Amino acid sequence: MKNDKKLLIVGFAVSLFIAGFASYYASSSPDGLEKVAEDIGFIETAKENTNADTTLADYGVKGVENERLSTGTAGVIGVLATAGVSTGLFLVLRRRSGVEK
Amino acid sequence: MHIPDGFIDIPTSVAFAGIAAAGVAVSLKGARASLDEKTAPLAGLTATFIFAVQMINFPVAAGTSGHLLGGALAAILVGPWVATLALTVVLILQALLFADGGLSALGLSVFNMSLIGVWVGYGAFLLVKRILPKNKSSISVAAFIAGLISVPVAAAGFVLQYAIGGTATFSVSAVLAAMVGTHILIGIGEGLISALAVGAVMASRSDLVYGYRGEKVTLEMRKSL
Repeated sequence: MKNDKKLLIVGFAVSLFIAGFASYYASSSPDGLEKVAEDIGFIETAKENTNADTTLADYGVKGVENERLSTGTAGVIGVLATAGVSTGLFLVLRRRSGVEK
Repeated sequence: MHIPDGFIDIPTSVAFAGIAAAGVAVSLKGARASLDEKTAPLAGLTATFIFAVQMINFPVAAGTSGHLLGGALAAILVGPWVATLALTVVLILQALLFADGGLSALGLSVFNMSLIGVWVGYGAFLLVKRILPKNKSSISVAAFIAGLISVPVAAAGFVLQYAIGGTATFSVSAVLAAMVGTHILIGIGEGLISALAVGAVMASRSDLVYGYRGEKVTLEMRKSL
């Protein structure tokens, strides 16, 4: 099943492209929940995120001035982290092929 | 729909974290049956793709944006158990690495997006699939409707949490109307992205799509009887 690899490679490349490049063009308007909270008035009850000062907070790399580079790098790091953690978890959980056959 | 710290009080957040943890624990067991050498990497890719697409906020109405939640999409591609885990991994990494969503609110967000989003999305998908003719394009149509429905219902999950433990005192019905109204619009985007992504995998490897494969297996079993 060589096609399996093809799907995985294409899917991963698309993910890298979206997070690393296209993400720069995302709308910066508040999301649905944030907008509702602003309109109704409970946005003030939000506390600052405890991780707000970390290196990658808000999908940017701290200290990188170029916004395109900052967002894109954060996106690529996120894609690699998600791929690593989730694939690792699912490989650990999977049925062993020996049992299957 | 990532909830910041402070919107919902701590006792309610802790209670929902408990429910979320129970849901994830059950999913860890349930996921084993649908994970093998072939599907485990696809499940990882599904989580990765959802993380990436969640970075793209699209405009929905004046000054409002939305992004994919991905629960329905993941459930159709890899099954609801694995989807619950995939969404939870994404939410945890977003909170830890990118300060997207409060840490104290993580259980609330997992409840809304990993549990409601996935299971309501998958339920809607199964219902619509049953009504539609049995062919490949029906899977994409069902994915659109599942995505569309899953978002306002997940938004209603937040309203439930607000009704129980909201730190503000604005009327619950006002929050409900605003949340559901806004998220129906976001749901249209969710439906479109879900249908496109499911359609793309269906076109190349329909045998890997959980929501389609299940049906084929049943048919083959009937034939062999």
